[in-house]
Amino acid sequence: MAAFTGLFRRDLRLAFRQGGDTGLVLGFFVLAVVLFPLGVGPEPEVLRRIGAGIVWVAALLAALLSLDRLFQSDYQDGGLELLALSGLPLELVVLAKCAAHWVATGLPLALTSPFLAFLVDLDPAAIPTLALSLFLGTPALSLIGSVAAALTLGARRQGVLLSLLVLPLYVPPLVFGAGAVEASAAGTGGRAHLLILGALTLAALPLCPWASAAALRQALE
Amino acid sequence: MSGSLPVTDPAGDLIAEDLACRRGERLIFAGVSFRLPAGGALVLTGANGSGKTSLLRLLAGLIGAAAGRLAWGSAPLADDVAGHRARLHYVGHQDGVKPGLTPRETLAFWAALRGVDVRRRAPLLDAALAAFALERVADWPCRWLSAGQRRRLALARLFVAPASLWLLDEPFSALDRDNRMRLERAIEAHRAQSGRIVLATHMPLEIGAAASLMLDAFAPARGDVADG
Repeated sequence: MAAFTGLFRRDLRLAFRQGGDTGLVLGFFVLAVVLFPLGVGPEPEVLRRIGAGIVWVAALLAALLSLDRLFQSDYQDGGLELLALSGLPLELVVLAKCAAHWVATGLPLALTSPFLAFLVDLDPAAIPTLALSLFLGTPALSLIGSVAAALTLGARRQGVLLSLLVLPLYVPPLVFGAGAVEASAAGTGGRAHLLILGALTLAALPLCPWASAAALRQALE
Repeated sequence: MSGSLPVTDPAGDLIAEDLACRRGERLIFAGVSFRLPAGGALVLTGANGSGKTSLLRLLAGLIGAAAGRLAWGSAPLADDVAGHRARLHYVGHQDGVKPGLTPRETLAFWAALRGVDVRRRAPLLDAALAAFALERVADWPCRWLSAGQRRRLALARLFVAPASLWLLDEPFSALDRDNRMRLERAIEAHRAQSGRIVLATHMPLEIGAAASLMLDAFAPARGDVADG
């Protein structure tokens, strides 16, 4: 347990101290959402119709942005070998790193999303659902992303390969996340979508660390 | 230096029999056998690419052997991988030092990884920092450290948690004369407490009674490909 919290706290400290990760991800998220009204025109009806999708796609791309660093620096500086030799099983190493990644990126995205909802003129009644859907869905983004990050370790053009691998896997959280917000704006309630989103995260919780650990073992060989 | 650290060491030698290692399609060495008793040291020498690092990684359990047997006393290492990891320190040629952390934070993290209790950590960290004279830079970010200081920080890891078997890959690279001597003294102290050491090096060493293994002698003949 000391090893798990130690790794979680170190990764968080690195993410916040280097200042890059959280700031970069949030900056990208805000800019991407701001660009849409400029591109599609300022008609409120259009924006309100596609707003949920815009915020979710922007959040997804923002989360993707920081994924390549999840294992890369540890892989390059030999830290991954030390993690593999520690008493902590690699599955828990992955889980601790995903947890830190989520706190440094996913959680700030969920917390910022209500402000961005105003930019796309989202129905005020749907704003809590938007934040809640991101809160439930972003852990799945970190977990699924860890599998792709581990698989592409050591590959040339890792970032591009990673996006190609991970974006198709992000479709289910995107469909149910944006769906929850739209359903709630339409007045039918997003409960069913949110439950499925939560189920996706719960399913990713044991499966993804297991798959990532297998990929990391391969990378260490 | 390491006087306060008890080294837990169950009876039994570290035994390697007929080890072979393959990386990709290429057989790197074959037929390597040795026996490392408590307090023993084994020095690996050989040309670049002769498999010194591979043998160390093999002993750490990071890679599997293509053939042969590794055992601690009568128990094969493969039977208790977690137990084997807990009794070894591996210092590879990469330092694993994060530029954004200070040496003290780095060592605290490594201690946490080895499951050292928080309350017992502070004196161990001070001892580890003192072992390679890192007190002055203990609270600087590691990005300010020189190559030699990073190396010393990586070596200080040996002191944050006791472990019986030290696997050191080119530990003397980037070290100045004083720190070479510090490391040699640390090695002697570790062996005096019946610790074991396997180290790969190019440089002549001043440690007593070490067995040496010249890996060039175990390279397969040209074109020799390992089967299956």
